[in-house]
Amino acid sequence: MMNHHRKRIFTGTSVFAVSALALSACGGSEETTETDAALEEGGTITVWAWEPTLDQVAEAFEAENEGVTVDLVNVGTGDEHYTNLQNAMRAGSGLPDVAQVEYFAIPQYILGESLMDLSEFGAGDYAEGTFSDGPWNAVTFGGEGIYGIPMDSGPIALFYNQDVFDEHDVEVPETWEEYEEAARQFREADDDVYITSDQGDAGQVTTMIWQAGGTPFSTEGTDVTVDLTGDEGTARWAEYWQPFIDDDLIMPVAGWTDEWYQALGDGSIASLTIGAWMPANLESGVPDGAGSWRVAPLPQWEAGESQTSEQGGSSLAIPEGAENAELAYEFMQFAGVDGGVQERLDSGAFPATLEDLQSEDFINREYEYFGNQQINQVLSESAQNVVDGWQYLPFQGYAHSVFNDTVGQAYEGQATLEEGLGDWQDDLTGYGRDQGFDIAE
Amino acid sequence: MSGGLITLRTARKPKTAPTVLRPAKSKLLTVLLGLMLVYSLVPLAWLFINATKSQESLLSSFGLWFAEDFSLIDNVVQTLTYDDGIFLRWLGNTMLYVVVGAGGATILAVLGGYALAKFDFVAKRAVFAVVIGAVAVPGTALAVPTFLMFSEMGLTNTPWAVIIPTLISPFGLYLMWIYAADSIPRDLMEAARIDGATELRLFLQVCLPLLKPGIVTVALFNMVATWNNYFLPLIMLRNEDLYPLTLGLTAWNRQASTIGGEAIFHLVITGSLLTIIPLIVVFLLLQRYWQSGLSMGSTKE
Amino acid sequence: MTAVAPVVPEGSAVRRRRRVGASRSSTGWAFLGPFMIVFVLVFIAPIIYAIYLSLFRDQLIGGSIFVGLDNYLVAVQDGNFWAGLTRVSLFLAVQVPIMLFLSLLAALALDSGRLYGSNFFRLSIFLPYAVPAVVATLMWGFMYGTRFGLVGNINELFGLGLPNPLSPDLILASIANIVTWEFVGYNMIIFYAALRVISPSLYEAAAIDGASQLRVILHVKLPAIRGALVVAAIFSIIGSFQLFNEPSILSTIAPNAITSSFTPNLYAYNLSFSGGQYNYAAAVAIIMGVITMIIAYAVQLRGMRKDGQP
Repeated sequence: MMNHHRKRIFTGTSVFAVSALALSACGGSEETTETDAALEEGGTITVWAWEPTLDQVAEAFEAENEGVTVDLVNVGTGDEHYTNLQNAMRAGSGLPDVAQVEYFAIPQYILGESLMDLSEFGAGDYAEGTFSDGPWNAVTFGGEGIYGIPMDSGPIALFYNQDVFDEHDVEVPETWEEYEEAARQFREADDDVYITSDQGDAGQVTTMIWQAGGTPFSTEGTDVTVDLTGDEGTARWAEYWQPFIDDDLIMPVAGWTDEWYQALGDGSIASLTIGAWMPANLESGVPDGAGSWRVAPLPQWEAGESQTSEQGGSSLAIPEGAENAELAYEFMQFAGVDGGVQERLDSGAFPATLEDLQSEDFINREYEYFGNQQINQVLSESAQNVVDGWQYLPFQGYAHSVFNDTVGQAYEGQATLEEGLGDWQDDLTGYGRDQGFDIAE
Repeated sequence: MSGGLITLRTARKPKTAPTVLRPAKSKLLTVLLGLMLVYSLVPLAWLFINATKSQESLLSSFGLWFAEDFSLIDNVVQTLTYDDGIFLRWLGNTMLYVVVGAGGATILAVLGGYALAKFDFVAKRAVFAVVIGAVAVPGTALAVPTFLMFSEMGLTNTPWAVIIPTLISPFGLYLMWIYAADSIPRDLMEAARIDGATELRLFLQVCLPLLKPGIVTVALFNMVATWNNYFLPLIMLRNEDLYPLTLGLTAWNRQASTIGGEAIFHLVITGSLLTIIPLIVVFLLLQRYWQSGLSMGSTKE
Repeated sequence: MTAVAPVVPEGSAVRRRRRVGASRSSTGWAFLGPFMIVFVLVFIAPIIYAIYLSLFRDQLIGGSIFVGLDNYLVAVQDGNFWAGLTRVSLFLAVQVPIMLFLSLLAALALDSGRLYGSNFFRLSIFLPYAVPAVVATLMWGFMYGTRFGLVGNINELFGLGLPNPLSPDLILASIANIVTWEFVGYNMIIFYAALRVISPSLYEAAAIDGASQLRVILHVKLPAIRGALVVAAIFSIIGSFQLFNEPSILSTIAPNAITSSFTPNLYAYNLSFSGGQYNYAAAVAIIMGVITMIIAYAVQLRGMRKDGQP
């Protein structure tokens, strides 16, 4: 059901078949020096998450701490997860101790005062040098409080099908200009092949605007700015992308559907600009593409630049009113900073921790699916070149839910992207005012 | 029968009107209805054909014909064993919801329909109007309030959250009302009362047996409604282990759009096939009962 | 939500007879009581709660405030709401008559005794009813694909250019097709059952009068199953106004064609769960409920009034 499955691509993790490098089982990070009463006391915590690698983390955590039970429940993915979380928060009962919260959704819960500030547990220790900037900025929302422990990240890159590029003799683009040229070459060469597919995806579009240097959303307390019509980066993207729609340069198929997987498999979609968690999905969803796919840096607006942005990624957070907050925090530390990180990397997750992003093992890992390319070199590089200053709205979930009502109409030829963005702006402004924000346009 | 232009006159023997009662077979009519048959069956054929394909050939072969590999057995095995056999668990849940929910709904409908048909009491006429009126309010309107109420009562995320709302079947109530009105002779009830039978005895021993075809019909339709229930479980349940089949299948379908999730469209299709088979079998096996239950009172006339 | 199970014949003879029952008020309530208790719990109480909720507004900033009938005033001026209502009204005006007409034709054909293999027809056309709406929609969704779905296959095979069923212009028709497929056989069975109840003596009489098949249908059969027609219409109307499962599942593959306010029910759902505006959603849903009720009652009254005029 749920109208907006697309949001799900915000999840930022991948699970690889553990075939890759078998790394030493020992966690690889130091114990926290504080002796923790909560851990010694033991108990049970409930964790709501759909992230599959947390299975191993929960087991490892239980193995390491006697008397602790982690009750890991998948209450749905994306929308459904948040619906359940919101329902439980409203009802004030049945709350989990830990909940997975994607970065874009954090501001909403901060303003609703539904998440605990983790400073009181000492999360301030991680303010410098532990996590890459994108995820850390997301969990702090540019303020004093710390509302989540980053679990992973999704810096974007260009995933492309080498065979299709070779077959049609198209160069892998390094700038957006070259990308458009390549798109046209594909269309001329073969009527079935497109450089990519797009049916209007809020996550994809915000990511592209972010890379283009746009900052259409900003929030300061209850003052919110929504500027989708005047923002330069936004306009840059809209102007650039409009011809792709007008000239039939993109396949009009919605992401993550069976048709989309089919098109990826038979080579009629030649590339994707997508988050670093994508490898696992390609491997399981597009088995036919094994050996054909490669990863390249994201095309740039100006030759020689190396600016990227993030797509998706999740943190772990503690809902206000959770029964076992201390123990919950211990688990989150384990999953996000300590031994659990390695468990998750072994299963193919893409980290948010600087130490792991820069570790030799990680960077030099070869991927058979990608023709033994060391793809993490590209992805890790991307993680360090994320453009500063991006913010999501404190009601980004809602914004995504009406994206296709407004901007999406441009993909059906009912409006231009510019007009669609204008409609989106109007809708968001109206909603924000209804919700009691001061909105500047 | 009211409303007919033609009224009953003198009764004659049936054989005097053979063209109306025993008309000749018509090929044209058969062909025309055949079109409708094709419309009804093609999607089901599609479902079956595609349940025989592996995930790979599903994506690359013609939809209305078999692929080179015949993977039906393999798909069924995979469906039943995927994720530690969670499909069987969903099947079990669905059965539980059907037995308790649809069973309970049938009992309530039989009792209520009998009351409406055979007793005069205060506000009786208003009852059905209220029931129909309440049904007209969209389920989404009730989702949040019902959720909050059930949450207060500690019922959310338990089987009861699914079962209790399914206990109400307005259609079942309606059907039983009509059926009871038509199939229980008033004289029979009066005679039993004069013999000194209590109301409970009267109901259980005299009336209930007469209601049997109606009860089977209501039970079957309640079963379908419960088997197909989707919206309520979606709101009420958080734990996959409590899902009914419908919710489980959509979860599998969505899995393809989960990061780290596996695309298993072939299992969604095979699972869909497995989901509808029990219903079809039950309908076929019990067709005599429900068809006569629907043609209520036909024996009497 | 999908159509609430449609319906069954309601002979007028039945109506008259039922008043004759013994007047034992308390016993009657004792039998009806269990149903009513659960009914109050799962229908009446939430409705009252929803009405209560609809009088407030809950904001991210500022919390919950009493706003009286404000939500209703906003709703009647809400373009999204009216667009959705217009859409389901169109659906109702087109899909319901077509479906009921097809069902009736099939039922009459079965009843005419002029079909070869009528048992097979009856069961086969009824089968789709056993397919859950969720499964039916997933299935049709797969088939609708113009690239790899059945539509695409057919285009490729015959060199046709069938339009995309998931485009904004056609999506409503595509949904109507799914709903029709699900319920045409079901309504057929209902009508067929009602037709079987008609006393053969009526046909004999008609035959003696030399009435044609058409006349028999128009003047004997249709009037006799009017009750079934009316109730089927009422449940179909309710089902149309509550359209939810099909568009909601299809929106994954047709994200732009099916907007978040495509049907009022979808709108109310998205308001509640994407926007957190459950107060406003409650108001929207209650207005929808009232409109549905009025139309359902009107159809019922009209059906019944006719019934009284032979």
